[in-house]
Amino acid sequence: MSILGFLDKYGDKLIKAIGVHLQYVFISVTIGLVIALILGILLSRVPKISKIVIPIIGVFQTIPGLVFIGVLFIYLGMKPITVIIALSIYAIFPILKNTYTGIVNVDESLKEAARGCGMSNVQILFKIELPLAMGAIFSGVRMSTIYTVSWAVLAAMIGLGGLGEFVYRGIDTNNKVLIIGGALPAAILAIILGLFIDFIQNRITPRGLKGGK
Amino acid sequence: MVSVFLENENDAIDREELYMIVYENVSKKYNDVTVVDNLSLTINDGEFVVLIGPSGCGKTTTLKLINKLIKMDEGTISIDDKNIMNIDAVELRRKIGYVIQQIGLFPNMTIEENISVVPKLLKWSKEKCHQRVCELLELVNMPYEENAKKYPNELSGGQQQRIGVLRALAGEPPIILMDEPFGALDPITRENLQDELKVLQKKLHKTIIFVTHDMDEAVNMADKIVFMSKGKVLQVASPEEMLNKPADPIISNFLGKLSFSPNGNDLTCADVMKKKVLIVPETKKTLECVALMKKRELNSAVVVDVNDKFKGAVTIENIREHGKPGEMISKILDTQIETVMITTNAKEAFDKLIETKADYLVVLDRDKTVAGIITGSSMTKALASVVWGEEN
Amino acid sequence: MEMRFVWQHLYLVGVACVFTTIIGLVLGATAYIFKFVRPTILWVVDIMQTIPVLALLGIIMIAFGATSTTVIIGIVLYSLLPVVRNTYTGLENIDPGIKEAAKGMGMTKLQRLFRVELPLSFPIVFTGIRIAVVTSIGTAVFGAVVGGGGLGSTISRAILIQDMTTLMQATLTLMAMAIIFDFGMGYVEKRLNAR
Repeated sequence: MSILGFLDKYGDKLIKAIGVHLQYVFISVTIGLVIALILGILLSRVPKISKIVIPIIGVFQTIPGLVFIGVLFIYLGMKPITVIIALSIYAIFPILKNTYTGIVNVDESLKEAARGCGMSNVQILFKIELPLAMGAIFSGVRMSTIYTVSWAVLAAMIGLGGLGEFVYRGIDTNNKVLIIGGALPAAILAIILGLFIDFIQNRITPRGLKGGK
Repeated sequence: MVSVFLENENDAIDREELYMIVYENVSKKYNDVTVVDNLSLTINDGEFVVLIGPSGCGKTTTLKLINKLIKMDEGTISIDDKNIMNIDAVELRRKIGYVIQQIGLFPNMTIEENISVVPKLLKWSKEKCHQRVCELLELVNMPYEENAKKYPNELSGGQQQRIGVLRALAGEPPIILMDEPFGALDPITRENLQDELKVLQKKLHKTIIFVTHDMDEAVNMADKIVFMSKGKVLQVASPEEMLNKPADPIISNFLGKLSFSPNGNDLTCADVMKKKVLIVPETKKTLECVALMKKRELNSAVVVDVNDKFKGAVTIENIREHGKPGEMISKILDTQIETVMITTNAKEAFDKLIETKADYLVVLDRDKTVAGIITGSSMTKALASVVWGEEN
Repeated sequence: MEMRFVWQHLYLVGVACVFTTIIGLVLGATAYIFKFVRPTILWVVDIMQTIPVLALLGIIMIAFGATSTTVIIGIVLYSLLPVVRNTYTGLENIDPGIKEAAKGMGMTKLQRLFRVELPLSFPIVFTGIRIAVVTSIGTAVFGAVVGGGGLGSTISRAILIQDMTTLMQATLTLMAMAIIFDFGMGYVEKRLNAR
């Protein structure tokens, strides 16, 4: 079957699947980002506790996304919220870890300079620590986004659409066209989203933080 | 939290205050180690005080107690008769400039933003902030147009620390704390910045408390040197006095028995002068001269006539205030410069330097050509060479 | 939970990581030696990790069918990045003085690579391998979808029949596997770096 033939037959479904997929990714990464930023900032305030908490988070990160979706599926049933919760939890980890490390790694002398200038702790956080951790936070978001695109394929496992729908059905029926029809767009989606995040990061990073340092 | 400091904020700024800093029986311990031990010290308004001593003597801790970056365990520190314990730390720090060795410019901010950090915290208007930045950059000869929009990583180390000093000055604090600010700079830049800072301090009449472990620097800069060891003050004295009469063997050791030894009497100006001097002919135009000074990071030049004979000196401020573009520097040069002959005994020259309170003396050859200059730091170098032998 | 699946899982990861290491070293060294292919290699390897695992497995399946070969190839492609990148960085960051000295002793380019440069950069390469192994353990879970077996099958089946006990057992086994490898190899890594 030619590409045109494929598009003719599945075009509408494909566009819809990409839409659903993007929704999953966008909503989960947004939720994950908000939670991760808050937790990351809080953890950075209590380094003693974080020394224990962060490795534990690392351990949880080794749980496959399949399990998250599976467990939530068993408890919540076949609803989009199941996928969203599972993906959000997954999206939290990389961003949380990077936010924490980014903030903690801000040069002590800069924090002292800021304190010496008479900045309050909140001002130091927003004017110095977060801007300087931005690079790390961005790479966390990038990782989360790419993971989420990947994990969202699993949504089809519990029959909730997205590009996984094509892949799963293709694998089940041994239909190569369907597999590629789902796999390729998913791959391209991940690459494009990755590039898009790089682009945004590049745009908002001040010149002083770029290049050799 | 309403503090004494806040209530009196307005008079504090408007009135001609005496920002005297007084330490009374101040102690600080880390675990069981006493870093500052029952220290009492008075720092007068407008004074340039250098805290010096071997590493671990508590000088940096003593400094950071003032802006409450470190909390003391016992005793009181008062600024202008107000106990700093009653002043909110954040408010206090906005009124005290702070410069650190690591420079600590915020890499995510432009130079302008870095300088205006404190003014903004003090809620100055935008125009006032901007004006202040222009004025400060002018002060260190870094034109606004060229520098304000740059980021710290686009400047050299010396320039970065100039901005570090400006950032501390920006909020017009009466007091500035400096923690080994020039420690990470190369010797030439370091000397330039020392000279500039000294000039700035005289001009702006700030109280500066400066921590260093470098006696050269201390002698060069200080009105008063506070020598510390093991958390205690061993001696408080003017640089000359400390060199002449160290009060404790630890000090003489630290100076490397730096007092004027008999050997020192054999030195002449030729031995101790700096030979690297910017010499310009009096026919040079003002702008050319400024360009030369900038290139060498100097703020003054020695002027000679067509026969290379000494005429006087010009400073960059001098040119800026009185000079016109295209004019020859002979019109504005300062002829009232103290000079010594190259054969003059070094000690005599130093005495003259101290007596006349000049920043430097011009050393002349027999034929009145310029051989070099002598500054405060030449003095310490000379002493060092007596103690440790000639470097070459 | 059948032990068979645990062994299968380890087998998939083990075989894949042997290939990952060999291919990763070759690609990393190639990127280091041949400047003109460097950006391409690093870019391709980076992109590989961007592609969703399932999609990648699906595509490979077209060629190799629902077999463990498909899963192994998938894992290899997916975990190449850390090994390639670390090999390249490790080689690149060797003290130029040492490289110079090796050159001065009359070693050819290949001799230098095998006798001096690769051994010196081994600790950092090892870090890459450790990351690859830990990633692989997770990636192999997807093997179930394309018929490769392993703990992924246990988990999928448990989800299907809503068997929480087995699901938890399998998950904990996976986590334990990841942690043991991470710590174990991390320990070796520390020893290597201490030398």
